[in-house]
Amino acid sequence: MKQIVASLLAVLVLAVSAPGMVSAQGGPLRIEITEGVIEPLPYAVPDFVAESAGAQQLAQQIARVVADDLTGTGLFREVPREAHISQISSFGSPVQFADWKAINAQALITGAVSSEGGRIVVKFRVWDVFAGTELGQGMQFAGTPDGWRRMAHKVADQVYSRITGESGYFDSRVVFVSESGPKDQRAKRLAVMDYDGANVQYLTGGNALVLAPRFSEDGQRVLYTSYETGMPRVHVLEVGTVQSRILQGQDGVMSFAPRFAPNGSTVVYSLTQGSNTDIWAMDIASGGTRQLTSAPSIETAPSYSPDGSQIVFESDRSGTQQLYVMPATGGEARRISFGQGRYSTPVWSPRGDMIAFTKQNAGRFHIGVMRTDGSEERLLTASFLDEGPTWAPNGRVIMFARETQGAQGASSLYTVDISGRNLKRVRTPEGASDPSWGPLQ
Amino acid sequence: MRLTAKSTMLIAVLALSACTNANRFDDSAVDLNAATGSAGGLVPGSANDPRSPAYFQQTVGDRVLFAVDQSTLSPEARATLDGQAQWLMTNSDYNAVIEGHADEQGTRAYNLALGARRANAVMEYLIAQGIPASRLRFVSYGKERPIEICSDESCYSKNRRAVTIISAGLTG
Repeated sequence: MKQIVASLLAVLVLAVSAPGMVSAQGGPLRIEITEGVIEPLPYAVPDFVAESAGAQQLAQQIARVVADDLTGTGLFREVPREAHISQISSFGSPVQFADWKAINAQALITGAVSSEGGRIVVKFRVWDVFAGTELGQGMQFAGTPDGWRRMAHKVADQVYSRITGESGYFDSRVVFVSESGPKDQRAKRLAVMDYDGANVQYLTGGNALVLAPRFSEDGQRVLYTSYETGMPRVHVLEVGTVQSRILQGQDGVMSFAPRFAPNGSTVVYSLTQGSNTDIWAMDIASGGTRQLTSAPSIETAPSYSPDGSQIVFESDRSGTQQLYVMPATGGEARRISFGQGRYSTPVWSPRGDMIAFTKQNAGRFHIGVMRTDGSEERLLTASFLDEGPTWAPNGRVIMFARETQGAQGASSLYTVDISGRNLKRVRTPEGASDPSWGPLQ
Repeated sequence: MRLTAKSTMLIAVLALSACTNANRFDDSAVDLNAATGSAGGLVPGSANDPRSPAYFQQTVGDRVLFAVDQSTLSPEARATLDGQAQWLMTNSDYNAVIEGHADEQGTRAYNLALGARRANAVMEYLIAQGIPASRLRFVSYGKERPIEICSDESCYSKNRRAVTIISAGLTG
């Protein structure tokens, strides 16, 4: 992975135009996500131009992945290629805006791919068709051919961010639990994939039961619970080398539900002693621990605020599972969930303004979001069993696991906008659960 | 208590049989009392051998069930655990691991903690009956290891369980 990252660092600005504000800001080519998009913005992305022999296939594939990314958000609608009047045969030629206006493509993405000596270079430009101007600056990415999907995602992230004014989430990865077998013989192993389900890589062998992997903020390490020793214990895995080890210093009968602090050096997790489960924090380097809650009830599923100052968690101290917020050093907790039913698995949004959660009410499960003070609760999904939300790096989309009912029941991953729109299944090779969405790379 | 009653009854029946058919039942009666295998009697380690883990599992009863989101032991569960305690007392060279489980109607982490509550309730009860804590430990699987896979109460009620798994101890 490091190799790909290094090779993608070569980001070159092609066009020399005034840096800074995007020209169309406030103009017609703009999607305000917060206002809720009723009508997706129409755009066109013709096949990228192959600038060298052998780049033809990649030039087509990259344009398709860019389209899948953009259309997949529900914010954009692709004008079908059959409707295109103009062809883009040269990356440098002037754009015939009238031809794109005629098919009502408000945005146009043009690009080119060249391949030489085991390296490919991807160039692109974004055009505001109705203004007849370029939106932002042309850019290029260089890398190895097997990293072509990442380069396509980077192009799409640029388009998304130029049109919405927010950072994208396409060049990101998700660590999750890959599941196979029936409910009473289910095998689970850790896996990592691109956000769209491509490039699945398995991280554990499947002999030991593994649960709930969580990315570090830099995406380089994963915390998870493994029964490798026979007891559930918190392990940490280096994604680059796929080496894992048990965290030392875990007392009690069992420990689980780990999550990194934003600083990456502290882990917060649940520890069971006797019948009681509390939340603890551990300094990874020293193994030093600190108990953060000390109620006789079940305290679990801790998640830090992005500034690291607070922790949201679930507790059944009131009699049923509810959400609470406490200082990261422990101390008095404030209950924030007050609606009907049971609330669990809270996760602080990367923007810091919201908390996603699982809610169980009247025999149904929901994924929902609320403000960090518990106000403005909004349920986004409903099914037999929805569970375990994780935020896209830009805080606009949530991924979660949905298990279907009955003896044939299986778990899959889904995404949904925080508006509740655009519910979509993520394609995975096997069943999948417990997603954790990593950073934008 | 249940085990004691059963055993007594079984021995009484065998003793009675022995009176009427001495040769045929003598060996069995000896087997039961001395718990040693012999050619014409019980197969050691089989479910008929009261000292076997299989007997513990099938005849004593290796599991107790719980109500939704509860870890309280019902009178029925206590009766089963009394039998387990009796067996563990008699067979002191065995240890036990209590596995706590939950049904699928709950989130993963909470169900792990709930399973731990259930397993711990069983462990504490056995300790209160005189089983040394050093012979017992527990683990929770939450909702990860259902034995019944339908999605209604008929299955859920069997999955909300704590199962006592017998293992050979250090001296065994």
